[in-house]
Amino acid sequence: MTVPSDHPGVKLSGAPNREEVRNCPGYPGEEFAKKGPIVFIECVEEIPCNPCEASCPRGAIKVGKPITNLPVLDAEKCIGCTMCVAACPGLAIYVKDYTYSETEAAITFPYEYWPLPEKGQEVTLVDEMGEAVCQGKVLRVANPKQYNHTPLVTAAYPKEFFEQVKSMRRLNK
Amino acid sequence: MKKAELVIVGGGPAGLSCAIEAARLGAKVLVIDENERPGGQLFKQIHKFFGSREHQAGVRGIDIGTKLLEETAILGIEVWLNSEVVGISKDKHIWVVKDGKTSLKVEADKIVLSTGAIENSLNFPGWTLPGVMGAGAAQTMINIHRVTPGDRVLMIGSGNVGVIVSYQLLQAGAEVAAIIEAAPRLGGYGVHTAKVRRAGVPFYISHTIKRALGTDRVEGAEIVALDAKWQPIPGSEFILDVDTICVATGLTPLAELAWTLGCCFQFVPSLGGFVPDHDQYMETTVPGIYVAGDIAGVEEASTAMEEGRLAGISAAAALGYLSGEERERRCGEVWDRLNSLRSGPYGEGRRKAKELILSTEGGIACDRAI
Repeated sequence: MTVPSDHPGVKLSGAPNREEVRNCPGYPGEEFAKKGPIVFIECVEEIPCNPCEASCPRGAIKVGKPITNLPVLDAEKCIGCTMCVAACPGLAIYVKDYTYSETEAAITFPYEYWPLPEKGQEVTLVDEMGEAVCQGKVLRVANPKQYNHTPLVTAAYPKEFFEQVKSMRRLNK
Repeated sequence: MKKAELVIVGGGPAGLSCAIEAARLGAKVLVIDENERPGGQLFKQIHKFFGSREHQAGVRGIDIGTKLLEETAILGIEVWLNSEVVGISKDKHIWVVKDGKTSLKVEADKIVLSTGAIENSLNFPGWTLPGVMGAGAAQTMINIHRVTPGDRVLMIGSGNVGVIVSYQLLQAGAEVAAIIEAAPRLGGYGVHTAKVRRAGVPFYISHTIKRALGTDRVEGAEIVALDAKWQPIPGSEFILDVDTICVATGLTPLAELAWTLGCCFQFVPSLGGFVPDHDQYMETTVPGIYVAGDIAGVEEASTAMEEGRLAGISAAAALGYLSGEERERRCGEVWDRLNSLRSGPYGEGRRKAKELILSTEGGIACDRAI
């Protein structure tokens, strides 16, 4: 599947579609999306939640009051450090880097399943509907204590699928 | 006979938070819980909570439960486990059956009912087959007993319970074949539905179960689409290959003790049905009887803990451990946190329903109080 996100959206199909993601204030915007490592916050519903705000060492995410405000990303301040990715209780944040290499982009996403992939492993990357998009190579699996059991997986994949990829297919036990 | 200043019935998030608050203020507290371990549903909740830092956002339910138990122990709060409260009289004599065999009586000055809620069932042909269970039961199996209820699960209901338990079933190694929802829109938080969707779980809106297949156990489920009037559409049936059917169709407050005490009730469908009428201090229409948590309207653990604190502060003040002024100040702080949890498109309805309860006098009461 290479057509990005053609479905009726979060309340009907379960996942936010392309339009919902792009209209959300946690989207970095066209100008910054491909400049380097940057965060994408797919938080499209006003729920009472704000740990992302405090997790950012550069003050790039603002929720403020009331805490049901959607997180607003200041793309100029974000360096894609991934601190907010593990902090988000909704697992709704990932970091992408369009500039990873000449031909490949990289994504860092939360992955709370067992077994974890290993560095160098080839995995199937999926879109927000769980459909396979392309193969990717795991660059890193980070699971330090401060992530509180939300490991982060970083994988490289062909640039042409930059936007579609959101996560990876679960591995068989 | 045992005497206690404050008896709390139910040691879940509301009851433990209440006990801690009241004990800190000096009250002698006894918590009575029918389970072998206190904490209510918290130890099943392995996901990170929402909210802000003061609501312990980002902390997993299981860790919040551990913290509450540690505080309970530090404060020396007496906790009776495997102890069932069978009845409470108007003069606050509590009949307890301990370990299923010993009958005990406790005399309390104040009582907080934090008994939680029970899952709603759904009747369909085959619903008594082994393999059909409440989503909460499946969650207990995977997260407490560490056994998967089956290999392929159908989840009925897309509210937060349905999608969170589906996610945890995936984490436990089961497959979730589908989540079906009778309403034309999904119920749970988008971040929860998105998590399971990208894990490959399909959602079927405007669909319900027609029957469970199998003779000795679940061997499949027949699903049918619903029209705009929620009527099955003939010919739309299809079979899902599943061995487990989980029902996540809402919860009802466990309020029998409040009924027998003669408390007035309000009927509030959005809070789970009949809810004991209560004021902003969580006191019911029977003086000295308080409610907190799901019994006072089905919400979530974060709000239950705040309501428990309100009840704890109020009961401690009524026992003379706190001035009226100080009670107001402390309750005001808790109310600020509660209001922030009950905001936004998901919380607003609950806030309004709660306001309706606070502003309505009386309600329906059972006249057969013991």
